[in-house]
Amino acid sequence: MGLIVTSYCHIFEKKVVVNDRLTFFQENFLNFADFIKSVYKKEEINYPRFYKMDSLSKLGFISSALVINEKPIAGYCSDAVGVVMSNSSSSLDTDIIHNDTIKDRAHYFPSPSVFVYTLPNIMIGEICIKNKIKGENVFLISENFDEKLLFGYTRELIEKAGMETILCGWVEVMGDRYEALTMLVEKEHTEGMGITGSFTPFPFTEENLKQLIKRNRPDLLWKN
Amino acid sequence: MNNPVYITSDNIITSLGFSTRENISSLENHVIGIKPVEGPDLSPSGAILSKIDPVNLEMRFSALSDQYKKKEASTAYTRLEKMFLISIGDVLSKTDISPSNPRTLFVISTTKGNIELLEDRYKASFPHRRIYLWELARVIGDFFHFSNRPVVISNACISGLVAILTAARFIQSGRFDHAIVAGGDVVSEFVISGFQSFQSLGPVPCKPFDHHRAGLSLGEGCGAMALTSALSKTIGNPVRFAGGSVTNDANHISGPSRTGEELSLAINRALTMASLSPGDIGYISAHGTATLYNDEMESKALGLSHLSHVPVNSFKGYWGHTLGAAGMIESIVAIHSLRSGQLFQSAGFEEPGVPVPLNVLTRHETHSIHGCLKTASGFGGCNAAIVYQKL
Repeated sequence: MGLIVTSYCHIFEKKVVVNDRLTFFQENFLNFADFIKSVYKKEEINYPRFYKMDSLSKLGFISSALVINEKPIAGYCSDAVGVVMSNSSSSLDTDIIHNDTIKDRAHYFPSPSVFVYTLPNIMIGEICIKNKIKGENVFLISENFDEKLLFGYTRELIEKAGMETILCGWVEVMGDRYEALTMLVEKEHTEGMGITGSFTPFPFTEENLKQLIKRNRPDLLWKN
Repeated sequence: MNNPVYITSDNIITSLGFSTRENISSLENHVIGIKPVEGPDLSPSGAILSKIDPVNLEMRFSALSDQYKKKEASTAYTRLEKMFLISIGDVLSKTDISPSNPRTLFVISTTKGNIELLEDRYKASFPHRRIYLWELARVIGDFFHFSNRPVVISNACISGLVAILTAARFIQSGRFDHAIVAGGDVVSEFVISGFQSFQSLGPVPCKPFDHHRAGLSLGEGCGAMALTSALSKTIGNPVRFAGGSVTNDANHISGPSRTGEELSLAINRALTMASLSPGDIGYISAHGTATLYNDEMESKALGLSHLSHVPVNSFKGYWGHTLGAAGMIESIVAIHSLRSGQLFQSAGFEEPGVPVPLNVLTRHETHSIHGCLKTASGFGGCNAAIVYQKL
């Protein structure tokens, strides 16, 4: 069974690339919080819960929204859509914030709204709530982007767990270092409605994943 | 066509013991591992927990080091790493499945790993990278010379079940022949303070499914099992992984589904993949955290899946909620029950207290069962179900 990538979003170094198009870039951002808020506003994603999310969830939420904007999944049964996400730091970025609230016994104020984000799969939960996804979900941790694992896991879920399509990728945030590469993987010939724009789907393979994370750096800016 | 997946050797480490046999023996004797813990390190307001005995941990670790002729000092490993090493070491000592075989997969599950290393008192003892879950897994993998890089899963309270499912699927598809799967978590101030802020910790050892349940108890735990497609490598009565599934509520990040439909969906899918029907399930090892809403949701899900009459228990009343270990160690006891027919009382349960009445075990019983179900649910809206079957 052929699997294809029908839409992708790559967010890194103050840039947002969706299906090979640079859709957002501003040189003057100093921190992640300002950057991701500007992307949220520019894309006109009206979803007030966004402001409650931690950095990891914000990044995963936005990059998934941009993938699904290009290639809607509404034609699938909610329980036939799965999510496979991965990163290096787990939820460490928010773990440190929670830890700071309990360091000093004289100023001890752990907060449930911070603590709840000290699990990486909360980001998957946020994506599922927004997009009404009820199928398989897993969060994998690896030191670096691991195309072999992402490919292998996604393929198992489609071949063995009854999933029709998988939103998968890498979403990493640590302080002001961030990168997200998320994509929609569908079965060839059964993918829902036509693709918007000029993007040509490509086979979902280990090699193509490896190329994809390099594809938009560093020369894409010049092409646009 | 799927390759078969059998469960062979296993190990459980909790406050009740350092092997499956020690834990089973404690369960038989109704030992409750959840106790008030004094001392300033864990919480300003005190806590009741199921803690692993530190003296025994060092003794077991020292024996393992001798067995593997390791020269590193005991202080070269964190508490959690020692638990993983002892647990996997015990599993490997009872099987001839080799970690260095490239056909052996290695899967690790944990929610918080070495998160204790954020505390100032540990900062000088370990390099910063040790806080990363992939580094924790690498250290453990290297100890046993696994030839494959560990697959690390961090999926809240269903992590242990997802780890087993992951390994089983890779064996079913023929991409691996064997797997060593381990799950573990320790209880740190990080976790206690967080659950306290949610007001989800109970004042007494937790009482799953009981009318007077008042929140969960945290516990430390680690477990490991070996999976294989080779029937010849099984030990005792062969038990197979029959099917499993994960779903998401798509409803709330910290509260369970109001209806239980999504856990029910995971259960139904697991049964379908196992080619079994609800009537084939003779025992359910539920998640049963003893929070108000979790246990309510689980009862609804079991009702929806036509399983509310089946004998059910939760082990959280014995060793607390062990987070990334829970799905693993509770599966191991469920598999023991499947082999022996011995079902354990659900500790803490006295008076029915969930909207859909369940057949909660109020004493140890012996039943002849051929299939059992293990479920779990967690933050992020995730649910998991696995069906195990006796051959």
